[in-house]
Amino acid sequence: MRLEVFRITESEIAPRTATGKAVSHLSNLGVPVFAIFTALVVASLAIFLSGSNPIEAYLALAAGAFGDLDSLITTMIKTIPLLIAGLGVALAFRGGLFNIGVEGQLFVGSIAAVIVGTGFHAPIYIHIPVTLLAGIFSGALWAAIAGFLKAKYGANEVITTIMTNYIAIRIITWSIGAYGPLRKAASVVPETNSIFESARLPELIPGARLHAGILIALLAALLIFLLLFRTTLGIEIRTVGMNLHAARYAGINVNRTIVLTMALSGGLAGLAGAVQVMGLSPYNFTTGFNVGYGFDSIAVAVLGSIHPLGILLSSLLFGAMDAGARLMQLRARVPIEIITILQGLILMFVAANQIIRSLYHIRAPKGQGEVNLTQSWGGSTD
Amino acid sequence: MTTPVLQLENITKHFPGVLANASICFDLLSQEIHAVLGENGAGKTTLMNIVYGLYKPDSGRILVNNEPADIEDPNDALRAGIGMVHQHFKLVPVMTVTENLMLGHEKTRGLPLGMLGRLDRKQVSQEIRSLGERYGLRVDPDATVEDLSVGEAQRVEILKVLYKGADILILDEPTAVLTPQETEELFEIMRALVGQGKSIIFITHKLKEVRAVANRITVLRQGKVVGTTTPDAVNMAELAAMMVGRAVLLTVDRGQSHPKGVVLSVEKLTVPGKSNQPVVNDVSFGVRAGEIYGIAGVQGNGQTELVEAITGLKKSVSGNVKILGKDITNLGPRLLAHAGLAHVPEDRQKHGLVLAFSVEANLVLETYYQQPFSDGWWIHPQEMRKNAKKLVAEFDIRTPSVSIPVSSLSGGNQQKVIIARELSRAIKLLVINQPTRGLDVGSIEFIHKRIIEARDQGVAVLLISVELDEILSLSDRIGVMYNGRMVAEIPASAAKRETLGYYMAGLRVEQSANKNVS
Amino acid sequence: MDVILVGLFSLAIIKATPLVYGALCGILGERSGVINIGIEGMMLIGAFMAFMGSALFGKWTGAAFSPNLALIVGLAIGVLSAALVAALHAVLSIHYKIDQVISGTVINLLAAGITDYAANVYIDPSHLSGVGVFPEVPIPLLSQIPILGKIFFSQQPMVYFMFGLVIFLQYAIFNTPWGLRMRSVGEHPSAADTVGINVNRTRYINVILGGALAGLGGAFLVLESVGRFQKLMTAGRGFIALAVMIFGRWTPVGAFLAALLFGFAEALGVRLQFGDINHLYALVVIIAVIVLFVGAVGLIRSWVIRSRSSRSLVVNLSLIGLGALTLIAAKLIQFPDMAIPIEFLGLLPYILTILALTGLVRKAVGPAAIGRPYEKQ
Repeated sequence: MRLEVFRITESEIAPRTATGKAVSHLSNLGVPVFAIFTALVVASLAIFLSGSNPIEAYLALAAGAFGDLDSLITTMIKTIPLLIAGLGVALAFRGGLFNIGVEGQLFVGSIAAVIVGTGFHAPIYIHIPVTLLAGIFSGALWAAIAGFLKAKYGANEVITTIMTNYIAIRIITWSIGAYGPLRKAASVVPETNSIFESARLPELIPGARLHAGILIALLAALLIFLLLFRTTLGIEIRTVGMNLHAARYAGINVNRTIVLTMALSGGLAGLAGAVQVMGLSPYNFTTGFNVGYGFDSIAVAVLGSIHPLGILLSSLLFGAMDAGARLMQLRARVPIEIITILQGLILMFVAANQIIRSLYHIRAPKGQGEVNLTQSWGGSTD
Repeated sequence: MTTPVLQLENITKHFPGVLANASICFDLLSQEIHAVLGENGAGKTTLMNIVYGLYKPDSGRILVNNEPADIEDPNDALRAGIGMVHQHFKLVPVMTVTENLMLGHEKTRGLPLGMLGRLDRKQVSQEIRSLGERYGLRVDPDATVEDLSVGEAQRVEILKVLYKGADILILDEPTAVLTPQETEELFEIMRALVGQGKSIIFITHKLKEVRAVANRITVLRQGKVVGTTTPDAVNMAELAAMMVGRAVLLTVDRGQSHPKGVVLSVEKLTVPGKSNQPVVNDVSFGVRAGEIYGIAGVQGNGQTELVEAITGLKKSVSGNVKILGKDITNLGPRLLAHAGLAHVPEDRQKHGLVLAFSVEANLVLETYYQQPFSDGWWIHPQEMRKNAKKLVAEFDIRTPSVSIPVSSLSGGNQQKVIIARELSRAIKLLVINQPTRGLDVGSIEFIHKRIIEARDQGVAVLLISVELDEILSLSDRIGVMYNGRMVAEIPASAAKRETLGYYMAGLRVEQSANKNVS
Repeated sequence: MDVILVGLFSLAIIKATPLVYGALCGILGERSGVINIGIEGMMLIGAFMAFMGSALFGKWTGAAFSPNLALIVGLAIGVLSAALVAALHAVLSIHYKIDQVISGTVINLLAAGITDYAANVYIDPSHLSGVGVFPEVPIPLLSQIPILGKIFFSQQPMVYFMFGLVIFLQYAIFNTPWGLRMRSVGEHPSAADTVGINVNRTRYINVILGGALAGLGGAFLVLESVGRFQKLMTAGRGFIALAVMIFGRWTPVGAFLAALLFGFAEALGVRLQFGDINHLYALVVIIAVIVLFVGAVGLIRSWVIRSRSSRSLVVNLSLIGLGALTLIAAKLIQFPDMAIPIEFLGLLPYILTILALTGLVRKAVGPAAIGRPYEKQ
């Protein structure tokens, strides 16, 4: 069962060819930029209704995100998980899969990092990589379940990843709950022990909070870019995502590619979870920690045109909004939740780009292929 | 049987680049079965879609019962008493026959609650039963459609049209999906229907059926009416000539073939279809190096499945396929590519290309992981680019750049991309299915030349086409498929259009049953 | 049966109610061909607006009217608001043809943002308080039935409304012209189109009606026990409703039964937090209940499809008997005290849903045309 929905053309989502030469078009950048602008205008209505001045609010937001070194660092810290998880969602999209289970995979990665980070003592150059790998592999394995169920039984990955989300959350909630094996002794709230110092990501500049996770995230973006556009596996993933039938005709092992794509996507989510635990004080896992990345990363991926470069920018934008929100609340008395509204609006306008195109008279690039993101529940893969 | 119930006057319809119907006149008399005969692409379906309100004609008018009828959509058509049985059934599989028939015109019982009233399944099911009895359409009204055979589902479609009160029935290629027995039953039904006052337009390309059931025959060719006649006035050969015409054979400059050893050998191959009935039935043939083996046949007689089985996309249940003596039965496409197989698929956009990918990426869709395009993990874009530039020049692919999406190319150039990709590999066997369907003359000529060049270089070519001209002008030997079987095998020198037409129509199956297979 | 158990089952019904409303929203959408993963957001908006509506009405009118009127006004506002949000989903996915899962994600993000934001602006600073909750209304006679009366017929009006809605929709979807048309649109839109049914209009109506039902589910959360709005109070129920819909095979009665299972799991989780239940005892009771439940469902099923198989009758009756006997036996036995991570039983519904999708348990197959915008040829 195929769906002809969410038409993004290849040149739109990726201003480059399969072999990677950039051909940038102004109109490709146009839609996201105008979508952000329109979202800001619409959200200013909400700000106005709550009795604040939208311009003042947005200025405060910008100041809070980029105003000084400290805000800049906060922005970067907030960007890290969004960038990594957004790459995960995008990778799945490229392979024709909708990974809505990033939240659960991220939790699994966090918990794996906690287990490894508190499990043994080791030199830092061993402990850090092993902990990161634990996060990646656990997230990958968790997501691969959905990939396997899709490849083998045609079970729709949207539903299975939602289900595995809840399963992960339930198990983890239990594990840090009152009788859970990971519960920090004598703690009144559900939380784990902090990981050992040898597993913590070092700060780039001592005392400046910005941890090495930013390098990991940038490296991940580079690697995913190379994977998608410079490797044979990347060609396979994108071919399966764009045209399952042609992939089969060309001799690509479609089922293997689906499982692998899902695993890689989940691996990135798991990495995001591990980096959060390893980079942010108090270096442990607690309830309410990292909630919401599941949907945010979808918005980041779509706004970033499911391309690593675009996601770099879109995650920075979302990170900046997260970082600047507090100052906006202080100065302009606008509740920080306006950020979620903004993110929802941006996703809406980017996805429904017809609205933006007709508002600003941007011409659509002419007839190109489509990416199909969703397949019907329980439908087969062809 | 003399009053016209439907008249078409000078119906003309253009599609971009194609004149689908050119000033067509046609009339249907009361209680008549009027066959519209023509090859694929002759304009039959377009004409009927105009009558049924799915397309709007550019000019011309339609009269129903001598009154001009304004048919804007299927509802208008139904109101005018015209019903259409589509080639692809419009039935909801998970619902019962009764539910499908009442859909849109539901009857309720009990309280008059309108849309929330209780469906009166019992009453409608009764009505269907008696309607069925009246016309000899035996269907269990309570059966679920997905459990029905194709023949039964078709009867439901006909019942649906009758239930909605149609007097004029359009049957679009109704026999395409039926077994011979079911076809016979359908003819009985059609006769019963006209006996009860209905009139039928019967669209087909099968000569034998036309002779069996039609009162009159109108032949269409290339969007024009060739003539209208009656079954008694013409013999089969004349009818075939009318249908296929004496179209100018595209002259293909080709020398004598010099066939060498057998490359592809197919032995007693049987491939199951959807309902586990064999769609390819005990087929055997061989293709030698340096020859073109053409398979002719009306679409849907097992050619597609045969190709899929040979190219590793469909599993066969018995028999085997060998390339150069090596058993490759039921191997996957990649292993077959390694064995020297190239495949140009029937549906180029769905199966042959990734439309969103660039020309250069599509040119390496099967070889991207091999030297020099890759060392196994990293790809080498500059090699791909080099390859693309070379092939674009060599195969005359008209594209402003090799990095634009292949979707922005014309159909002919898209096909050239596929052919360039397949022929640029070291291949032993080329399986090429409908190589020129829907293409312009220039591209057709070019592609034909390439196919012959491949032959002359010693490649074994298996050519499948529903275009008889194409088969005749390219092939060295010709096999004809009918109803899943290879019913004839003729050297090209001895092949005549008429003879092939007979085989394609299933007319000489009996005589050819004890043919020799080389 | 003891008080704890009756309380547990009664709580299970309460916990199941919003899930049923959410699942009915999903069913209406998907039966007409539109995927809705924005149920969560629609419920959240429904909850918020129901609270705002009732609280503000109560505040402005003072004691002039009974608080129940304020609750009803709030309910209406919640329902309408959720329907409005659903209309956005409909426009995005039907008119603009954007990916329906993306559209649902938009709804969820917007709903979370808007309700959090507005709660900060309108509820927190003024400490706006609710006007209470709907009272329990025991139904005369029926509530006197031992055990069942307490569980099913001593609830709030919205629970009864849910019962009625399930029965009504089960009838309407499968036995009326309205339902027939909706299903044809979800299964084979071009077949529906050729007989003159307006595919997109049907989809609009269904998605919006579904939104109203999700709004009811959200409102119920507010008006059920706490009587106030908490940020993100739907806590994923909209997604569980999707599982409920699938596990219930896209039928209202099926969804009701599936929701009971999920509701029971949730109620159990709540109950276990009190720490006054013997784990082993609870485990035995749960197994007994599941056995009883399977038997009862089987019995109802064979009655509905008018199956006369005496074998299945015997099997189902013995399952019911076995479950009932185990329940009674469990009451009489003294269980040793031991800590079993009984929370894991809460995973069962999710795992069952996945298994249903894979076909390892009877395969759940949704309407054939879901997710695809309709294009006329």
